[in-house]
Amino acid sequence: MLSSPAPAIRTNSEPTLSVTHSPPSAAQAVSAHPTRRGRTATRASGLAAAVLLLAVVAVLSIAVGAKALPLADVWPALLDPGADEYTVVHQMRLPRTLLGLLAGAALGVAGAVMQALTRNPLADPGLLGINAGASAAVATGTALVGVAGLNGQIWFALIGAAAVTAAGYVVGGGRGATPARLALAGAALNATLYSYVSAIMLLDTASLERLRFWTVGSLASAELAIVGTMAPFIAAGLLLALAVARPLNALALGDDTARALGARPALIRAAVIAAVTLLCGAATAACGPIVFVGLLVPHLVRALTGPDLRWLLPYCAVLAPVLLLGADVLGRILSRPGELQVGMVTAVLGGPLFLWLVLRGRVGQP
Amino acid sequence: MIVLRTPGDISLRLHPRALAVGLTCALLTLAVGVLALGSGDYPMSAADVLRTLAGDGTPAEEFIVHELRLPRLATAIAVGAALALAGAVFQTLVRNPLGSPDLLGFTQGAATGALVVVVVGGTSTMLSGAAAVSGFATGLLVYVIAWRRGVHGYRLVLAGIGVAAILTGINGWLLTRAPLMDAARAVLWLTGSLDGRGWIHALPVLIALALLGPVVLAGAGPALRLMEMGDDSANALGVPVERLRLALLGAAVLLVSLASAAAGPVNFVALTAPHLARRLTRAPGPNLLPSALLGALLLVVADEIAQRAVPGHQLPVGVVTGLIGGGYLIWLLAAERRAGRL
Repeated sequence: MLSSPAPAIRTNSEPTLSVTHSPPSAAQAVSAHPTRRGRTATRASGLAAAVLLLAVVAVLSIAVGAKALPLADVWPALLDPGADEYTVVHQMRLPRTLLGLLAGAALGVAGAVMQALTRNPLADPGLLGINAGASAAVATGTALVGVAGLNGQIWFALIGAAAVTAAGYVVGGGRGATPARLALAGAALNATLYSYVSAIMLLDTASLERLRFWTVGSLASAELAIVGTMAPFIAAGLLLALAVARPLNALALGDDTARALGARPALIRAAVIAAVTLLCGAATAACGPIVFVGLLVPHLVRALTGPDLRWLLPYCAVLAPVLLLGADVLGRILSRPGELQVGMVTAVLGGPLFLWLVLRGRVGQP
Repeated sequence: MIVLRTPGDISLRLHPRALAVGLTCALLTLAVGVLALGSGDYPMSAADVLRTLAGDGTPAEEFIVHELRLPRLATAIAVGAALALAGAVFQTLVRNPLGSPDLLGFTQGAATGALVVVVVGGTSTMLSGAAAVSGFATGLLVYVIAWRRGVHGYRLVLAGIGVAAILTGINGWLLTRAPLMDAARAVLWLTGSLDGRGWIHALPVLIALALLGPVVLAGAGPALRLMEMGDDSANALGVPVERLRLALLGAAVLLVSLASAAAGPVNFVALTAPHLARRLTRAPGPNLLPSALLGALLLVVADEIAQRAVPGHQLPVGVVTGLIGGGYLIWLLAAERRAGRL
């Protein structure tokens, strides 16, 4: 008797929490709306503003650090790879910024499509253990096979991410699972995988030395070669996610309705899982496991765009790097001349927001 | 089920199967314990161990058994029982088979305290103390965050998961702050280990078990069974739900914190022992006593495996419980999903 006679746990009764539950909103994407052109213009200009914001954060990310650069020097520095005084920009900050851009976009979009697929507001690659799965696979590679460097790591990370994505969906996700149970299943997977990772670190001190910096989640080890290696994976993942945005909208109406609208549910699910695997696997291989970016950004963006994934995904791809790079810059400002790892900053910033999201309002009244 | 009634209006219900499971666990724990006391670099036969325990051993045997091996065994039994009892209480309180202290932030909270001591530099006693205090503080924090005119089971779960995620980030950062040797020591502690444990580690947990155990078992067992039917029903049947929940939560968190202080946050005992107990006894209700006994057995067996699995190399017990518990957990998730309960 495992199941206590518990009343079914439901958070979906909270209207603001439900992601794609409300059929009317998804239907808006399909039917012509009177003010549709006006709304499209608003959304497009909003997206432009978001891109501008991203540019500002990227400039800050290049300027701020142990050796601060005047903002006016950022552009000349980027154009002049040879100059000695700008070595720090080309060797460290530019790769780091690019990595932040890619990883942020990957995590944000992965979170958004997972929330849509599982119809679950708490779906996040970090919370569901996908990043931990990638970590466990990378740790295995590091300790047993002696894999070092991203080229080897990325394949292990992809395998680990794929395994946990599939397992998490089958085991805890599915379509009937309530948010709390999905989060709990993820926490369970996380606990298992991290205890495995720490067992590996314990048996092999050399792995500990390398992995303890990587498991926090950091952009500090970025090199242009790393960015080049992970870029194709993330680009493929992003394209795949954007490609299924429209059918995924239809899927929000239920499998039968989606079929009637010409979508193929099984194919869409497979595509989403593949996209999430590519995005999370590549991001985790390069930066280590980072939580909450994939959870928070889609929630914040949804307040701006509504649940239509064709707008939600581009917004997430732009605003998630803003959060990640912003957290990274903040980590560099807070403990100069050292730095706080970005994974720690997002955990500390994102945790309270997560608590607020799940505990506010009437959630918790049975 | 047998019901014993006394003239003084006290009745006691006994499940024969639960009783049998409890007794079997206790006997097995003793048997494995005797085996553990006899194994090691200086092997002793079971007869020698029993003779030494009775006080008739040679001075060398007396020293090995009483000073080296018995404290470790006592720590294992106490920690296993404390974790399992706390886990059974938690799973009933949050009405979820996965609601164990491992997953709800207390373990991470204890780890944060321990890591702070490692980074700042301190003795192992300070480390244990800091772990116990910060584990308890995390428990309080989760409760306060989840509070809204009373605390409902799954608000507690969600608050715990959020706090756990924050603390995991902080722990990872703290780990990068420590020098490598200290970091290795910290990871060893974080995994949960019984190496070199003495009476000073075992006694606090044993005392807490002796004080809190009977209170939880006798005072809260029947009420917990009513609370499984839902807060409203329990309230209507005269259970002071909110007060009881706070008291039980306090007791459970205290047990977990002290157990963590003694052996580090040993993973998954709190999660698996109550489940297995429930399966074995087939009795409804929280199965507190069988869980505690089974937890002690689990940890003693796991420690024996950890010491013997790799010849010449002692694994920390947390690795073994992590692997056993992790495997069990994944099987459980799949089974629950198949049965449509998750």
